[in-house]
Amino acid sequence: MATAHSRTAARFMIAPAVLLLLGWMIIPLSMTIYFSTLRYNLLMPGMEDFIGFDNYSYFLSDPAFFSALTNTLLLVGGVLLITVVGGILLALLLDQPMFGQGVVRILVIAPFFVMPTVSALVWKNMFMNPVNGLFAFMAKAVGLQPFDFLSHAPLTSIIIMVAWQWLPFATLILLTAMQSLDSEQIEAAEMDGAGAFSRFFHIVLPHLTRAITVVILIQTIFLLSVFAEILVTTNGGPGTASTNITYLVYAQSLLQFDVGSGSAGGIVAVILANIVAIFLMRMIGKNLDI
Amino acid sequence: MGQIKLEKVTKAFGNTQVIPPLDLEIEDGEFVVFVGPSGCGKSTLLRLIAGLEDVTSGDIVIDGTNATELPPARRGLAMVFQSYALYPHMSVKKNIAFPLKMAKMPEDKIEEKVKNAAHILNLTDYLDRRPGQLSGGQRQRVAIGRAIVREPAAFLFDEPLSNLDAALRVNMRLEISELHQSLKTTMIYVTHDQVEAMTMADKIVVLRAGNIEQVGSPLELYRSPNNLFVAGFIGSPKMNFLEGDDAAKYGAHTIGVRPEHLKVIPGATVGSGWTGTVGVIEHLGSDTFMHVHLDGNRGTITVRADGDNPAKVNDKITVEALSEDRIYRFDKDGMAIR
Repeated sequence: MATAHSRTAARFMIAPAVLLLLGWMIIPLSMTIYFSTLRYNLLMPGMEDFIGFDNYSYFLSDPAFFSALTNTLLLVGGVLLITVVGGILLALLLDQPMFGQGVVRILVIAPFFVMPTVSALVWKNMFMNPVNGLFAFMAKAVGLQPFDFLSHAPLTSIIIMVAWQWLPFATLILLTAMQSLDSEQIEAAEMDGAGAFSRFFHIVLPHLTRAITVVILIQTIFLLSVFAEILVTTNGGPGTASTNITYLVYAQSLLQFDVGSGSAGGIVAVILANIVAIFLMRMIGKNLDI
Repeated sequence: MGQIKLEKVTKAFGNTQVIPPLDLEIEDGEFVVFVGPSGCGKSTLLRLIAGLEDVTSGDIVIDGTNATELPPARRGLAMVFQSYALYPHMSVKKNIAFPLKMAKMPEDKIEEKVKNAAHILNLTDYLDRRPGQLSGGQRQRVAIGRAIVREPAAFLFDEPLSNLDAALRVNMRLEISELHQSLKTTMIYVTHDQVEAMTMADKIVVLRAGNIEQVGSPLELYRSPNNLFVAGFIGSPKMNFLEGDDAAKYGAHTIGVRPEHLKVIPGATVGSGWTGTVGVIEHLGSDTFMHVHLDGNRGTITVRADGDNPAKVNDKITVEALSEDRIYRFDKDGMAIR
């Protein structure tokens, strides 16, 4: 298989696929870069002029940008914290031998199959609604004032919804990792006099580092672009309290019809995502080495 | 001290009883080997002693105190696992220090003990490596090091050499024997390899289906096996068994002769012994093992001959026991007739 001839043939064979994928990425990216340098407003067609980096300076100096940036990081960080810690605890629980283990595991995975808009609407209308929601009902049952989650703690509410969606993913990955731990290691630790907590912190947790790294990296990619949950619940509000970068780009291009500024925001988002990626790989990427 | 006594210990998984009531006494400083075919319950027995499994009934007494209900860590035993069970994310030093750290020993004392153990086991140069960077034999030594720093009442070994290649196995066998001689601690060793059992043990416990078939020193088991199973299990190659007329001649249901207790006479001579045709010949250099098909379809027996025995495949030969008392006799139930 590794003759010079077969290698040349292989290159020819994969060339179309590579070119297609390359075009798929390069064309939208270069168009976005091109649009980001135009004064391009949908309300003023035919007046697209080249204005250099003006769109970037507008976007970056917009007060909404910094709150969106903070919100994005809070959202990613908050969800990661909840899913990783909760995922480890759930995985520990599911790893115990119990009756109906298979069914329970499927139930735990279920939230992952619910599409984001649906789960956000369910949370918004059936749980967090201050009049009809379950939480309001529970608060009233014990004589408390119902709390209006989405207007008083919009970002936290969204973090809870997104964390609920991603918890199964983290649980699943961490559970499989936990099951791959050699039971003799646990027994050896037991013989060595390690209690349940020592065993967890000295044996189980180090064994999970790689799985935790995978969970963090994969989730970060998706959490940077959370959009549907915000659109159907808070619309980024009140004010910009629950606007993240993705939602800000949407607001710029399709609510204010400013495609130029929206494109500039898109490019900024790409750069930010890369900064986060580099940062993450520096921090935890070494866990992926064997 | 390391005296272990099992009193009427049983173990059942659900409805299957893997260990029927079993009594065993292990003296302080003894090297005891549990040997038997796979699935005979020898590992389960070891895990019962270690406390990794709960006994279904009966008592385990360690040094005079009833340890049946004690958790593994408080029994004062150390175990070396088949997979070594080293902690992959810790250096060799941390691996060996782990039980001491769990016992909340002061740092400087841990340091000293680890150094000592590393010195005994020739691991001093590898203390900062991870288990993944070590060879099989070195990992084995780390596992032993982790066991000896605890200064346990007894060591438990669960088939520790089965993951090593043949040459290393012989080396490690010797090292473990030497360790036992220098530490003089009780050791319980589980293996399915009767050569390991014979070479290392002070006392061998032969197990079959959870039952103790015979307990004794290696030579006792070799010289006077209690039954067919022990006779066939101890010794390599296996003892030859003959039934029918050959056995009836000696007033037994079955007779057994070890390959090394047979001599070869060329040609089919009439008289004592058995005549047959040579089948497969295995040359080991020092010895030659011949598989002889006996005339009249009476089966195949293995014979050990000198390394320079001239016999060839399909030769007619006669084999004869070296002396009458080298022939073991067994009754209908497989028990030895003495």
